[in-house]
Amino acid sequence: MLKTLIDAFALISTWEVIIAMFAASIYGLVIGSLPGLSATMATALLVPVTFYLSPIAAIATIVAASSMAIFSGDIPGALLRIPGTPASAAYADEAYAMTRKGEAELALGAGVWFSAVGGIAGTLSLMILAPPLAEIALSFSTFEYFWLAFLGLMCATLVARSSPVKAIAGMFIGLLVSCIGIENPGGVPRFTFGMTDLFGGIEPIPALVGVFAVAQVMRAMLTPEPPPIPRRKFGSIMAGQWRLTKKYHWQMTRGNIIGIIIGVLPGAGADMAAWVSYAMSKRFSKEPEKFGTGHVEGLVEAGASNNASIASGWVPSLLFGIPGDTIAAIAIGVLYMKGLNPGPTLFTEKASSMYAIYLMFIIANIIMIPFGIVMIRLASYVLRAPRSSVMPVIMLCCAVGSFAIGNNMFGVVTVATFGIIGYVMEENGYPVAAMVLGIVMGTMVEQAFVTSLIKSDGSILPFFERPIAAILAAMAIGALIWPVLVWVWRRLKGGAPAAASVR
Amino acid sequence: MSKKITRRAFAASSAAAAAVAGFGFKPALAQAYPARPVTVIVPWGAGGGTDATARIVAALLEKDLGQPFNVVNRTGGSGVVGHSAIATAQPDGYTIGMLTVEISMMHWQGLTELGPKSYTPLALMNEDPPGIQVSSGSPYKTVKELADAIKAAPAGKFKASGTGQGGIWHLALVGWMQAMGLAPNHVAWVPSNGAAPAMQDLAAGGLDLTTCSVPEARAIIEAGKARSLALMASARNPAFPDVPTLKEAMGIDYSTGAWRGIAGPKGLPADVASKLTAALKKVFDSKEFKDFMSNRGFGTVWGDATEFATFMDKGDAQMGVAMKAAGLSKA
Repeated sequence: MLKTLIDAFALISTWEVIIAMFAASIYGLVIGSLPGLSATMATALLVPVTFYLSPIAAIATIVAASSMAIFSGDIPGALLRIPGTPASAAYADEAYAMTRKGEAELALGAGVWFSAVGGIAGTLSLMILAPPLAEIALSFSTFEYFWLAFLGLMCATLVARSSPVKAIAGMFIGLLVSCIGIENPGGVPRFTFGMTDLFGGIEPIPALVGVFAVAQVMRAMLTPEPPPIPRRKFGSIMAGQWRLTKKYHWQMTRGNIIGIIIGVLPGAGADMAAWVSYAMSKRFSKEPEKFGTGHVEGLVEAGASNNASIASGWVPSLLFGIPGDTIAAIAIGVLYMKGLNPGPTLFTEKASSMYAIYLMFIIANIIMIPFGIVMIRLASYVLRAPRSSVMPVIMLCCAVGSFAIGNNMFGVVTVATFGIIGYVMEENGYPVAAMVLGIVMGTMVEQAFVTSLIKSDGSILPFFERPIAAILAAMAIGALIWPVLVWVWRRLKGGAPAAASVR
Repeated sequence: MSKKITRRAFAASSAAAAAVAGFGFKPALAQAYPARPVTVIVPWGAGGGTDATARIVAALLEKDLGQPFNVVNRTGGSGVVGHSAIATAQPDGYTIGMLTVEISMMHWQGLTELGPKSYTPLALMNEDPPGIQVSSGSPYKTVKELADAIKAAPAGKFKASGTGQGGIWHLALVGWMQAMGLAPNHVAWVPSNGAAPAMQDLAAGGLDLTTCSVPEARAIIEAGKARSLALMASARNPAFPDVPTLKEAMGIDYSTGAWRGIAGPKGLPADVASKLTAALKKVFDSKEFKDFMSNRGFGTVWGDATEFATFMDKGDAQMGVAMKAAGLSKA
């Protein structure tokens, strides 16, 4: 064990690996922080580069770039209310509210600090618990995935600040959008209107970019410049994080655990981890009324959760070659190409390479703190820049990023369309984040439901028979009827007026 | 070292040629192809198996022909978008692309007008046959036992997966059922988002068998969670010498597979096409390509322009029969 660890150190302490990690970290931070460019795209664009690198250096670039990009997706979310990834969409409103209150450094500091802690917790789980975690992953069939996705969808109402009815409406629009295309269980084109481009359906990323970034630019054009945030020195980023860690240590731990478990499940990943954790944080908070007004508690839990899921997402990839998310899918390709074939032999015969991967994860999460601080400081100039110069740059990023998705104009048109949809929804009080959640989860809900029914010959009993499915079903149904029970109980007690929690 | 010099010399001479052409002093001799960078269109996303194969082929072509071969991913439309981009490009040899098995399937489903005839085939580079996998807890030790159980069971009792509805591994199952004289839907198909989720569901106990390729199932098989009973191929895979072919195990001569090849738009000049095919043959025979493919577990199959065309026509007809039988065809 000690010898493998020393071998692993020797593997990563070459100039090639160090330079590769360094360069990939900066690259990941920059791509992730540009609105319209995603962590997945950052990783995919690295693949041709990995051709020319040694195996360990190749993996190092993927590990470093993906960890950094997921974190730096929080930066435009907090500063401009334009989340960089679907994962940061869960709490972009909250972080932006903190910026408006003059607490941008606390929000972003929490992002970098709890992301790093989450990433390290996830890596430790990968090191110590990989085999048992992999067993969890393999015990999930489509029945379990259905309930999991169902629970994920229910987060829409918990997270939204607007009325639950409008949140559900927003989510249903998202579900409708996820019906577009041919990638459904029947393999039948739906809502494609004969357009080849629509066969592939609407990906969450262009929709996200449209409803957040483009809609934001449109709003900026139509509204007077908001009162500038008081000009002052950007305070210390890390100050106060230790206090938060002590105050919210339970939320942080819960976020880590949820992130690790959801990350291990192939197909779930960081997006769902962030949503579920943010919703849990609000549900179990002692002060839920503060959520949405610039309260850091949810950021702590969700930030800790989504980065924990990145590392644990590698467990099924490394053991079974089953990708936990799109980034892991790309990483598997690189692993095969470099002769580090996923499988249990990777853990025994190539143990030193495995430990090198663990070490790289830990190093990436540690250097995320200084790099992240520099990045936040640079990005904070955006707050001081006049809006008339920031908005065109955002538009340009959106156009370039959406073109780069498929190298055609369809992506650009999609982003523009969703910009209009997002603008109209926001103006009428419908939360766009709920719609993004609907698009992310819709395919999974449908796929899991239909394939489960095919497998059970149309019977719904297996949704409740399998032990894990039964537990998840009880949670989902419980969460669904809980508000009704509370309402009935209040009515029976003589109808105390409901608290005015609606904005 | 010598290689490097040749490449540099080649680049210099072609740059000079381009410069001359640019100034209007077109040499009397026809300019040697390729005189400028070539675009290689991949209809699937960056990071996947098709993308990786195209990139290694492009890198080796670049080495041989001395001009950049830029890989461009034109994704979307389940492959239709990229395949159309290859077919509708200028047939001047400066846009080529990687075709995948879907080109012989999509037109039967009525998704596009494009078929193998819409291209100038250049070379077949790869084919991966489907395997038949069961979970390690399954009672069936050989494909014969599994097949007997399937025959004895009522239609729809056994569930299989491996890809989406109407995907290549679905048609492999349909073809196998027909070869055994059973109804195409005797084993129910459970659509999945690719081979990896199907293998996971197999291990989770949600399925009876999968018909994806053995390399796709490899990691789970090595983890002891599943085993491969047979290959629907004409020969065994050297990487998995213990897995028999269907013919060896059951006497059924049925084989199919997912393939990848390079082609240009229809009407590519004959000299350009033959130059590219010759260069692709060199790529195919190179150690780099062989090593890369065996690392990924991908099978290598060579076919020159004519062989590739015949191969696609035969596959196209076979797909048509299977898709009509499975009720997936609109043609």
